[in-house]
Amino acid sequence: MLKRLREHKSLQGTLLVSPALLWMIALLIIPLILVVITSFGQRDPDGNVIYGFSFDNYVRLTGTTDTCQNLGDYLNGAWQMIIGSEARTCFDPLYVQILWRSVLIAIETTALVIVMGYPLAYFVARAPIKRRSTLLFLILIPLWTNFVIRVYAWIRILRAFDILYTPGAVLIGMIYEFLPFMILPMYTSLEKIDPSLYEASADLGANSLRTFLRVTLPLSMPGVVAGTILVFVPVMGTFVVSDILGGKQFVLIGNLIQSQFLSARDPTFGSAASILLMVMTLIVMIFYTRKFGFGEEVIVG
Amino acid sequence: MSNRRSPWLTLFTFGVYIFLYAPIVVLILFAFNSSRQNVVFESVVNKEPCGVFYWFCALTNNSDAIDAAGNTLTIAITSTILSTIIGTMAALGLQRYTFRLKSFSEVSLYIPIVIPEIVMGISLLVLFNGIFNGLNNAMQLAGDQRLGLGLGTVIVSHIAFSVPFVVLTVRARLHSFDKSVEEAAMDLGANEWTTFRRVTLPMIMPGVLSGAMLAFTLSLDDFIITFFTNGPGSTTLPIYVYGLLRRTITPEVNALSTVWIMVVLIALIVSRRLQRRAA
Amino acid sequence: MGELAVELRDVVKEFSDSEQIREVVAAVNHVSLQIHDGEFFSLLGPSGCGKTTSLRMIAGFELPTSGDVLIQGKPMGRTPPFQRPVNTVFQNYALFPHMTIGQNVAFGLEMKGVPKAEIGPRVQEALAMVRLPGYDKRKPRQLSGGQQQRVALARALVNRPAVLLLDEPLGALDLKLRKEMQLELKTLQREVGITFIYVTHDQEEALTMSDRIAVMNRGKVLQVGNSSDIYETPNCRFVADFIGEMNFIKGIIQAQAGRSATVGLDGGLTVHARCEQSIAAGTEISVAVRPEKMNIDSSAKMDNEFQGRVVSIVYIGTDTHYGIRLAGDQLVRVREQNNTPGSRPLASEGAEVKVSFAAEAARVLTA
Repeated sequence: MLKRLREHKSLQGTLLVSPALLWMIALLIIPLILVVITSFGQRDPDGNVIYGFSFDNYVRLTGTTDTCQNLGDYLNGAWQMIIGSEARTCFDPLYVQILWRSVLIAIETTALVIVMGYPLAYFVARAPIKRRSTLLFLILIPLWTNFVIRVYAWIRILRAFDILYTPGAVLIGMIYEFLPFMILPMYTSLEKIDPSLYEASADLGANSLRTFLRVTLPLSMPGVVAGTILVFVPVMGTFVVSDILGGKQFVLIGNLIQSQFLSARDPTFGSAASILLMVMTLIVMIFYTRKFGFGEEVIVG
Repeated sequence: MSNRRSPWLTLFTFGVYIFLYAPIVVLILFAFNSSRQNVVFESVVNKEPCGVFYWFCALTNNSDAIDAAGNTLTIAITSTILSTIIGTMAALGLQRYTFRLKSFSEVSLYIPIVIPEIVMGISLLVLFNGIFNGLNNAMQLAGDQRLGLGLGTVIVSHIAFSVPFVVLTVRARLHSFDKSVEEAAMDLGANEWTTFRRVTLPMIMPGVLSGAMLAFTLSLDDFIITFFTNGPGSTTLPIYVYGLLRRTITPEVNALSTVWIMVVLIALIVSRRLQRRAA
Repeated sequence: MGELAVELRDVVKEFSDSEQIREVVAAVNHVSLQIHDGEFFSLLGPSGCGKTTSLRMIAGFELPTSGDVLIQGKPMGRTPPFQRPVNTVFQNYALFPHMTIGQNVAFGLEMKGVPKAEIGPRVQEALAMVRLPGYDKRKPRQLSGGQQQRVALARALVNRPAVLLLDEPLGALDLKLRKEMQLELKTLQREVGITFIYVTHDQEEALTMSDRIAVMNRGKVLQVGNSSDIYETPNCRFVADFIGEMNFIKGIIQAQAGRSATVGLDGGLTVHARCEQSIAAGTEISVAVRPEKMNIDSSAKMDNEFQGRVVSIVYIGTDTHYGIRLAGDQLVRVREQNNTPGSRPLASEGAEVKVSFAAEAARVLTA
């Protein structure tokens, strides 16, 4: 028996991976399938799920209302919303606006976090080795204070500046939450750059700006990509920041999903919104990683 | 040459560090607020018992907060140990062997990294509700006997999102692992298990430990997954704080957060010292 | 020689290239070898020739696809490495980085279940043998490359294996240290009397140290013999070319009488050369002559004498190398020793010279 196992390499591999794999199947793949099934169901008046096969929840997310006759009506309604007309058509902009807002804030957060984090990562990566670990440690500490506590901490400051419960407050909160997740992978890939490359570039006649654009930036791209994945995905799905700092006015897709599962008690619609969120995130990620690679080598450094 | 940095860069970096720490400083400051409403800072509290540490003492009588702290630690420690074991095994399997389910395993281990946490949270909720409804109906349990969400569901869920990160960390370490060292051990008469115990494991230990550290951090920091999978008796500190935000936020919450931050800080500094000594 | 320490019987090792392609590559292709007890045996060949794979099959890290590996007459079959009476010195030393030098050397004894009281003295003895006494408390990374190499040697030898396998153990050392270690290894092998199987791509290393050498290429053993056999009487073009420097002159067999052949070259020249096999007249062959066996303007009468023009002169201290174009347009290298005080070149560039060599020094090679 032992002898068989010793020579059966693929069996050894399968055995080693099987606990993790079973865990993923039971707690990730099966639940996701259940959510897909739920999203095609309907809710009865008591809030119980009636399983079926209907696209109603997805149709509802597009903003189509009962008064719609055809696709033309819907597109016309969407156009009315874009040009800001109040004309009542079959289009209900609520959910489309939520989706748009969620994507927008995720892009804004990611971009701003890159702009803020890159110089810092660069600074730390080129600091003397002794000081580097302390500087890095200082970035990690806020990560260890809990997510909710970090958001809560902003309430006082934002209120003092009189911007609590505004979209700006949510953006600041998001940046604060996710900045370390961008800095760490960027630092990892910046730190890997051999300093003699800077010297080589200078030696070949590049000034510091050109050295940065032609050497530093391309070589640190894997870190930026990894950081983007670590920031964009969670921003798309969070509801805590908008809940605490945005008040009730700033609804993101995360808030929508959360309320469907808890207060509104319509898991079927919440499931449909989740699937839509997941698909949107994956599409953005696939598009993005096709272009820039996965950058996985620096996620954990 | 490499140490010559622009003063603007230094200034900018300094500014970002202030941005990172300002809220934490304010948070700690408000733990000493005399105003119970805690909207603006009135003056430093100085009341019996405990004087300036009034809100910290009030905390010691708050059994909810203490239970929540206990739950948080129980969940973090249990899920860290289990996910480190499961993740290290999987990393070894994926890095060293080829087998039929390998690419499927790799893909499924990436999913938690690339899907939003809330999707995982609600899918776990749907799963657990389904399981518990089925079980309760099948066993005809009613009232208090009914099975439901609790510590167990939170722990297995935390393991589910930690394992992929442990796998990633340990694989990174295994990637640079020189296999001839293992061959040397076998050559010197150690069988597979002894080789693993005496050579492989000690050598990948730094990777395993940083994987465990990551799992522990993720578990402590997690709010969303816990939010959907916790039940009565498994409230964690973040869930507890989040619940309080809907009511009045007394300085007690700040005191609680301050204690949390201090404990984390001390733990981090101690572990850093230990790591340095080991290296 | 006495007993066989290691024997390979028609061993084949195939690797499937990758999962998708399923291309089968024979790294070792029907190799048979007999290595005697107490011998210093080298496997010599370019990288990818199968020498390391052969060694790994003896150690048990790889199992042969077909054929048998025998150690001390016992077929190894699928015996795992930890049950084989051999020890290995790895190319990159493979010291356990998390253990001290002492723990490294003690590891094998511990695995064998040698009593604790005996381990300590034996570790000290082994470290003394490799001239590293008192290093047992240090960690591998505190040692230089040469020192790590010695620890690796001590770690293997302390177990008193029947056979010691060495996989390019000096490859990572600098030239001077390598030369020192070559001598040291050879001396050590004589002292302990253990069979050494030594893998190297460095022909000089193999020639200096080995009792016998097997030259390998593309998974096959081409020639087995002692250093002078391999150098003086290579049996094929690859061996002749791989070991030392060699002039190959293309020609056609005109006549053969026993072991002596007459070869026609371009430009109507003829060469008299040694020929081990009988070859039909008219066959295209190469005549191989070592540069140091050719002479320039020698007064001695030789079997082969040609006119040529010096096209290059390279002075390298002990020798001077001359590039000479023969009358038939063949380019040859001739090496003359600078063995007289204040040696001067025998000829200058462009000069007409006479190149001569004995028929015994020239060999007809077909492949």
